[in-house]
Amino acid sequence: MLSVFYSVLARDILLALRRRTDVLTTLFFFIIVISLFPLGVGSEREQLQALGPGVVWVAALLASMLALERLFAADYDDGTLEQLLLTGQPLALLVLAKVLAHWLLTGLPLVLIAPLVAMQYHLEATAVWVMMAALAVGTPVLSLIGAIGAALTLGLRGGGILLSLLILPLYVPVLVYGAGAVTVSAIEIADTEPYFYLLGAFLLGALVLAPLAAAAALRISLE
Amino acid sequence: MLDVTDLACRRGDRQLFRSLSFQVPAQTLLHVRGRNGSGKTTLLRALCGLLRPDAGRIRWKGKSIRELAEDYNRDLLYFGHLNGIKADLTGLENLRIARTLDQDPVGDDAILDALARIGLEGFEDLPTRMLSQGQKKRVALTRLILSKAPLWILDEPFTALDVDAVDLLQQLIAEQVADGGSVVLTTHQEVPLTQGAIQRLTLDEADDETPVSGDDPARA
Amino acid sequence: MTINWFKFASPAAFYPIAGRLIPWFGGIAAVLVLIALYWGFFETADRLGGSNPQKEYYRIIFVHVPAAWMSMWLYLVLAGWSAVGLVFNTRLSFMMAKAVAPTGAIFTFLALWTGALWGRPSWGTYWDWDPRLTSELLLFFLYIGYIALHSAIDDMRRADRAAALLAIVGLVMVPVIYLSINCPDPNQCAALHQRSDPGSIHPSILIPMLTMTLGLWSYSFAAVFARLRNIILSRESDNAWVRDVVAKEAV
Repeated sequence: MLSVFYSVLARDILLALRRRTDVLTTLFFFIIVISLFPLGVGSEREQLQALGPGVVWVAALLASMLALERLFAADYDDGTLEQLLLTGQPLALLVLAKVLAHWLLTGLPLVLIAPLVAMQYHLEATAVWVMMAALAVGTPVLSLIGAIGAALTLGLRGGGILLSLLILPLYVPVLVYGAGAVTVSAIEIADTEPYFYLLGAFLLGALVLAPLAAAAALRISLE
Repeated sequence: MLDVTDLACRRGDRQLFRSLSFQVPAQTLLHVRGRNGSGKTTLLRALCGLLRPDAGRIRWKGKSIRELAEDYNRDLLYFGHLNGIKADLTGLENLRIARTLDQDPVGDDAILDALARIGLEGFEDLPTRMLSQGQKKRVALTRLILSKAPLWILDEPFTALDVDAVDLLQQLIAEQVADGGSVVLTTHQEVPLTQGAIQRLTLDEADDETPVSGDDPARA
Repeated sequence: MTINWFKFASPAAFYPIAGRLIPWFGGIAAVLVLIALYWGFFETADRLGGSNPQKEYYRIIFVHVPAAWMSMWLYLVLAGWSAVGLVFNTRLSFMMAKAVAPTGAIFTFLALWTGALWGRPSWGTYWDWDPRLTSELLLFFLYIGYIALHSAIDDMRRADRAAALLAIVGLVMVPVIYLSINCPDPNQCAALHQRSDPGSIHPSILIPMLTMTLGLWSYSFAAVFARLRNIILSRESDNAWVRDVVAKEAV
């Protein structure tokens, strides 16, 4: 069973490496959105410091969601998704492998680039570390929840816009606590602990439930 | 043995077929025929478990395929309208993954032999998007050579194939039936068998003009 | 109660029953809503008293609170019928869920609108990111998501099942969303809790509010049944009994 999980994971990573632009597009989208805010609201230091955590998280939400549109779409178009549904494996496991691959390719780069964008907002070193940690725990939750939406909107006209309508409201808890942790870290670092407990709990819950829901959604969409 | 009782499927507002019952024992080929839009693909997808029929039961070896779920999938090979291969991967990589997913990994030698048999020698290491339509189809059909599944469900497998490939595919189907397997396929091609039985099923009976009769209230 | 529910679970059997019930629910709704409005606006004493400038504005709660209650209750109903549909594969449950969604969305909108109208005189602004109003806004988004997904899918069966799954996922997420909005800072959650114990509300306010809730509930039944009848007719249009109905009503 692990070999199957690993095989799907390796396949998706290999495919992404052969089409590197997709990964880079998401990353640059993230950077551009974040760079636009100071141009819009002014470049006052205090203001940017206050806005920073929220802006970075909203940008991460949007980047993750845009990338998710393609999570199942390519497999759906060439028929490999149909074949995945017909393997003798639990579909939820295969979905989990695909989501993990997707996060490694689109979520993890956002975590790693965070210090760079934090500079634009004059965030302190502690805040940068907290932001990276919060993104590392929070973005997998975004990918997992988003996978359900991606499966539901598979092959529909205007799937991308529809996906955002379905999924963005569900991203609110991660946004609130992810950005909250960064904001609080500027005042008292010890206070960030409960935020991480909550984000960790979301991650566990999403790991268990989201693949099952996404698998059910895929079966519905492929009927 | 695949055992179908009282199957009914509708697509949107149209009733495609109903009260369909048949059996496909081992060493049998079921040839499904019908004009376009008569529900051949729908029937095949229902037989795979991809599509939930509106009524009726599909059993494999005496058990409902819904209950068997993944166990049924292990016994099944489905070949649909789409090739189910990744254009950015080579033929070899595609087949390697397919074998792993079926939890029956074979060595690269076996895959290369199979690719050679289907006439793709020298193309193993090219991303399949560089291949022609017919060659892509051949890559997908190589799964048939490597498969040990007792039940094959093939939707129009002969389209876009040249004469050699058609011959080879006919041969593969005949081998599968002779080896005690079952095959369900839709095609306009005749498939000669060396051994075993051919059944024919024609789906043209359902007339669009007849209104659908009232459903069973309990399952409404 | 032992009723053979499966008998009514057939669209053909339910269609005439719904038709007969609509006038009753509609009538009850009209009566209750009028009583509650009169009671709330003219008979309820001014609780805040004195020269408080918002003493009269508070009366909007007789619409605002029942609408908010109904919007939440209807989302439960929507998710409930969705779950029944997915588990038992009954067509009528999906139709019911689909018929409930617009009414729920309308109540959410009504709660938001009256909330804004109330907020203007009491907070000095139409919108103040009050946790309850924010929750209501997100509930509105959930309704809109359901309706949008359902209408984006052409194949009726896929639309029903996909939207049903979305409703259930939404229901699972509701407590988490609620937590994050009501308690954005987990270090001082207790302080943010807004207590609203129905027992603490004075009966002269509570009773008209409950009357209004019953009235809106009754309205929901009427509206949902009316919508349901349309859905049944359009979906079962290839059935003989529908042709009879259409022929009869055309005369």
